[in-house]
Amino acid sequence: MTAGRSTPETPDDAPGAAAELDYAWSDPPTLKGWICTVDHKALGRRFIITALLFLFAGGVLGGLMRHQLAHPENKLLGPDAFNQVFSMHGTTMMFLFAVPVMQGVALYLVPLMVGTRNTAFPRMSSCAYWVYLTGGLTLFAGFACNTGADAGWFAYVPLAGPEYGFGKRPDFWNVLVNFTEAMGLMLAVDLSTTILKMRAPGMSLQRMPLFAWATLVSSIMIIFAMPTVMLGANLVQFDRMAGTHFFNAAEGGDPLLWQHMFWYFGHPEVYFIFVPALGFISAIIPTFARRPMFGHTAIVLSLITTGFLSFGLWVHHMYATNVPELGKSFFTAMSFMIAIPTAVQIFCWIATLWLGRTQLKSPLLFVTGFFVTLVIGGLTGVMLGSVPLDLQAHDTQFVVAHLHYVLIGGALFPLFAAIYYWFPKVYGRLLSETLAKWHFWLLFIGFNLTFFPLHVLGLAGMPRRVYTYTADTGWGTLQFVSWVGAMIDDVGMFVFIVNIAYALWRGRKAPNDPWGAGSLEWAASSPPAPYNFVRLPIVASREPLWSPPVDGPRQVIGLSTRHREGLVTTVLDALPDVRYGYPSPSIWPTAAALGVGFWLIWSIFSNKGMLIGLIPPSIAFIAWYWPDKKESQAELELEKRP
Amino acid sequence: MTQNNALDPAGPQAAAIGQLWWPTLWLCVFVFVALMAALAWGLWRSRGGSTATPATQSDERGERSARRVVGAAVTLSTLLLTGLLVASVSADRALASLPLADALAIRVTAHQWWWEVTYDDADPQRSFTTANELVIPVGRPVVVTLQADDVIHSFWIPNLHGKKDMIPGRVSRIELRADRAGTYVGRCAEYCGLEHAFMALDVLALPADGFDTWLARERSDAAEPVGDPARRGRELFMTGSCMLCHAIQGTSAAGRRAPDLTHFASRAHIGAGRVANTPQALAAWIEDPQKIKPGANMPAHLLAPADNAALVAYLETLR
Repeated sequence: MTAGRSTPETPDDAPGAAAELDYAWSDPPTLKGWICTVDHKALGRRFIITALLFLFAGGVLGGLMRHQLAHPENKLLGPDAFNQVFSMHGTTMMFLFAVPVMQGVALYLVPLMVGTRNTAFPRMSSCAYWVYLTGGLTLFAGFACNTGADAGWFAYVPLAGPEYGFGKRPDFWNVLVNFTEAMGLMLAVDLSTTILKMRAPGMSLQRMPLFAWATLVSSIMIIFAMPTVMLGANLVQFDRMAGTHFFNAAEGGDPLLWQHMFWYFGHPEVYFIFVPALGFISAIIPTFARRPMFGHTAIVLSLITTGFLSFGLWVHHMYATNVPELGKSFFTAMSFMIAIPTAVQIFCWIATLWLGRTQLKSPLLFVTGFFVTLVIGGLTGVMLGSVPLDLQAHDTQFVVAHLHYVLIGGALFPLFAAIYYWFPKVYGRLLSETLAKWHFWLLFIGFNLTFFPLHVLGLAGMPRRVYTYTADTGWGTLQFVSWVGAMIDDVGMFVFIVNIAYALWRGRKAPNDPWGAGSLEWAASSPPAPYNFVRLPIVASREPLWSPPVDGPRQVIGLSTRHREGLVTTVLDALPDVRYGYPSPSIWPTAAALGVGFWLIWSIFSNKGMLIGLIPPSIAFIAWYWPDKKESQAELELEKRP
Repeated sequence: MTQNNALDPAGPQAAAIGQLWWPTLWLCVFVFVALMAALAWGLWRSRGGSTATPATQSDERGERSARRVVGAAVTLSTLLLTGLLVASVSADRALASLPLADALAIRVTAHQWWWEVTYDDADPQRSFTTANELVIPVGRPVVVTLQADDVIHSFWIPNLHGKKDMIPGRVSRIELRADRAGTYVGRCAEYCGLEHAFMALDVLALPADGFDTWLARERSDAAEPVGDPARRGRELFMTGSCMLCHAIQGTSAAGRRAPDLTHFASRAHIGAGRVANTPQALAAWIEDPQKIKPGANMPAHLLAPADNAALVAYLETLR
């Protein structure tokens, strides 16, 4: 046991231990090794890169819309193409980008931040990635074959139902959104278990980093919210394929049921995109304000409150329907109330900046961009929470402006802040600060130019989701301004790509802790070794890397270095509980994901596929859970003698 | 001059919403400016940090004063939101309490992508249906019963009131009043498929006498065409496919799938606001509506030019 600073220092036997750990945790550098990996860092990177590619795809679709709307009576896209483009844009950004990218970042960071070797159920995360990739690519393959979703990302029935949904388009949406969302559930279970049960000894809930709190809250929200949209999409699919009448008013069903099911998920979804972003900000601000977070406990309570309240807002998407008026007032009150926990966090962050000594580096610059845009989006959100104001603004360009301020301000700016902040950890290279500043200013100016005018257009009577408009509406000028803004955004994103590419090619090598941050992930090497830490750390404070040394053990000893072994700790105090044998790499999670994908895609085209298609995934799942004799024996050995 | 703006109210409902809008906007501007000033000042006064490991014991005095400021800011936010909640609920109450004595009842049914507007009367002989135009008397409350025939649509005339969704299987209603004569634009606000962009409703608020004149004209049957091309046009209409979907009162055409054309020539637009109602536009529309409004449920009619002209001549007599 070594005393000293609470970073995991190099123990005497470190070279030997590191070599053994490396052997136990590395994946073979083959294609099979790449496919089978269960390393949370490899999977996290994979999620983030795939999600960023979907961001670019969704961005191109958004750009097409801006081109189409830049002039009245434009002929670039017809109504059919435009409707597919806007539906795919929304579906891509919400389902294939925003949720997976936040979970991907968490998958990468959480085990490092809480001081463990891997997530609790890494094979499930591996399966989740292949589900995500299969679902996302198939959705785009459908789009390429003129079978893209065309009923919006909200897919309201009856427009998406059996009578009015064209061809197989809504079927693709229902089945693949349902399938892809399984990815969100799997990661949420994996992340919340890791956070609750695998923290380093001593990291009691009081000492847990705010980012881990944010991930925990958003994961639990996902577990409660996702199933409603998955169930709803299945019911629509039953209506379409099996002739049920869940949403058919003529046979006693109700189209409004879908709206309840969709928004009961859809509103929390905004918050489980936004809450992880709050976690990024709470990780970044203390580092660049050079002091611990002011109001740590208040922020934790705000995150939890946000999680709860976000389930009581969904009807504010339905004020124009004829749900009872008294109920609408309740949802107005809830919509206003959720502004308070967000306000508490914003005040605490500003107070931290006041009290600290700030360094305005690129991550903090993006955080200021977050402040400006999110506050505007939040305030227009308060307006939309009011029933009378919403009746005018609902389903107009005003809402388009609002939601982009919330999602780009509340999620994309923090995501870029996070990328600039953690890139050195992930790739061991530093990004250029100059290019980062160019990226920021282009994106910030372009974004505001793109979306601010839409507030005005909405009040001037321009509905959403229109493929064109006549010249006499007078909407052309502001739409053109919006197009100019979108072009500036494109340049900003190009600068971002250049910055990443240059840093990967010949960026400066990053030290382990380039920003002088205080949380555990900065104690690992840059990039981290496959096993994260040679010895698992023992934590005695909230900012382990900033705390002066205290007496007592600083590192966990006695875990096997020849096997994938870790430690399970108790939920509240993170006391060592049991040793845990991590799962090894396996091809079966991938096979199971592809098998389920095969089954569901076949089920779109044939009822027979619904039954026979079940065979391949069943085989994969059985093989996945088949006990491995060698593994069991090794575990028995370890139980006797670590 | 057509009007289409939520912030230019022409009736008490839109005015009540406007009265809530402006104070809310200024309050939001105040909050935004205050927050940005606090952020900018905070970044400026505390600039110049270094990467060295910071001290973790907190400065008690700073923390204490920050706690006070943050506490005050949270309290103020809560009070402002509570005030806003009261204002919002009061505005909502105002919307629900429009005096409805002597109200005019109108039924609007939304179709993909046009509006069917019915003026019911106790005497069925006096009931009539028109399309894509809503004519209302100035100063008299109107209760509009809303229904949808196919998918979900939303009824929205920004100058008069907010939206009300039209959901298949549900009947909803909206109460409004125009206090200023004029032409306003209503638009479908719920995405309803291919031609959602062109589902407009011309709203005419007429003074009482003008409205009565309009009612009397609408209740009358279609005028008897005079002259050759128009008579030939009517024959084409009644013997061709037009009458399968369209109705013209006083003739044998009684189709219900498409707009009633009894007084078609008096309307401002063709195709629910798609193009102005001129003979040239009408000729082009009859020839191929898909070129003008792709997706519309009316098929192309490849008639001989003379027949097309005759049909146009007939429809132009339907004033």
